[in-house]
Amino acid sequence: MVPGLITAVLLVLFIGATVYLWRPSVKPEMDAAAQMPLDDDKEEIA
Amino acid sequence: MVGVEGSYNDKVIRQFSVMTVVWGVVGMLVGVFIAAQLYWPALNFDVPWLSYGRLRPLHTNAVIFAFGGCALFATSLYTVQRTCHVRLISDKLASFVFWGWQLVIVAAAVSLPLGYTQGKEYAELEWPIDVLITIVWVAYAVLFFGTIVKRKVKHIYVANWFYGAYIITIALLHIVNNLAIPAGWMKSYSVYSGAVDAMVQWWYGHNAVGFFLTTAFLGMMYYFVPKQAGRPIYSYRLSIVHFWALIAIYMWAGPHHLQYTALPDWAQNLGMVFSLVLLAPSWGGAINGILTLSGVWYKLRTDPILKFLVVSLSFYMMSTFEGPMMSIKTVNSLSHYTDWTIGHVHAGALGWVAMISIGSIYAMLPRLLRLPKMYSTKLIDTHFWLHTIGVVVYIAAMWIAGVTQGLMWRATDPDTGTLVYSFVEALNATKPYYVFRLGGGLIVLSGMFVMAWNVFKTFRLAAASTEPQPLLAPDAADARA
Repeated sequence: MVPGLITAVLLVLFIGATVYLWRPSVKPEMDAAAQMPLDDDKEEIA
Repeated sequence: MVGVEGSYNDKVIRQFSVMTVVWGVVGMLVGVFIAAQLYWPALNFDVPWLSYGRLRPLHTNAVIFAFGGCALFATSLYTVQRTCHVRLISDKLASFVFWGWQLVIVAAAVSLPLGYTQGKEYAELEWPIDVLITIVWVAYAVLFFGTIVKRKVKHIYVANWFYGAYIITIALLHIVNNLAIPAGWMKSYSVYSGAVDAMVQWWYGHNAVGFFLTTAFLGMMYYFVPKQAGRPIYSYRLSIVHFWALIAIYMWAGPHHLQYTALPDWAQNLGMVFSLVLLAPSWGGAINGILTLSGVWYKLRTDPILKFLVVSLSFYMMSTFEGPMMSIKTVNSLSHYTDWTIGHVHAGALGWVAMISIGSIYAMLPRLLRLPKMYSTKLIDTHFWLHTIGVVVYIAAMWIAGVTQGLMWRATDPDTGTLVYSFVEALNATKPYYVFRLGGGLIVLSGMFVMAWNVFKTFRLAAASTEPQPLLAPDAADARA
């Protein structure tokens, strides 16, 4: 019973997080985060 | 751009990078030697410490924990500094982690040929070395997470999540699987027994694959593929979903190593089902890496480093398709205990792990040494082709040998119910493929020598000009202004 409930809660959390991440309002934050590995290259170019 | 005082600790990264190449050559050399022993058994020269049973764990420990481990220490400590815009929290602690890990490797290289072993695959090292690993690992965790805590940017880049999960999980796996009662300085008995011992071992063993050889190298992928391609990751959202799905599912796949054993059937089925589900996050991550090249595929014509990184992802996709398929009980009844498993492991280890590591080291070294590029791009290309051809020869030989073994072992005479082939007949049928395996291994090893030469010459070029690299500005948004 309890393991089943935990599994269900985790599944709902996962689906919820996925839905949250694909909201249009989150896109700018995601795009900015994706640039992080490229930051020092830009600095070198600058 | 506002100037920032301070610099990164690149010394420890240079040290780990060099040792990645050194241990790569050593580990693969031992692998080639034991591959030769399987064809010419007399190569053990009747010397106990040269016997296959002692050198095989030396090979696996050297390539996984020495070669792969050093590559992960180097790239994780490089990535965490660059994406957090801060220096590591302590130079002394970084130095301790480097020298401590080298001591672990040397202790393994001495104790395994001498015959000291716990008898657990990938966890052979005896308890005093296990204690040393634990101390070094905790120091590494403090170094990594401490640097994240004092970061100068708000967001924690996804590669650090992958590296962080790997550091935490390996600590858990290592301690639980190595719980043992010492019976002398180099002898101990596991606290587990029977089927429970087997289950704990393969919970450890598969998660060593899942978290050491997959999750951590995905961290490497999420930093170095965008970096080398000069483009952000295809979907940052997918990287987050990929992370949580992967770490949640991997933990349960271990029982597939124990199909048709004394393990309860439900646990075997659980391992199979979770292994099948794993295909989704595995391919999600791989596709995310490959699609990062959208619009810049032309770079593959001129950039052999990018070729290493992209082909590593292709091997990752291949082996993460093959793995779930092999976990299906009916397929496993054919493949288990055969050379097919060895082929599968090397598709992952040489194709995915080694290629992403080699590509990342080639990408990182010039930046560490303040050089525009490696000493010779042509030699990187030569290495790429040697490695790719060597891996393909190796795994194709093992697939054919493995399927041959599986089919011959299970063939029965329908009239008498007896086995059609004796064990030695199956052995004779597979023996020719062991030469191809040796040849593939030799080609891969020759590529590592090319890399060692290229790295040596690159260091010679940089000898006069390794000034510390300055920190990035505190805030990512500011840095992009």
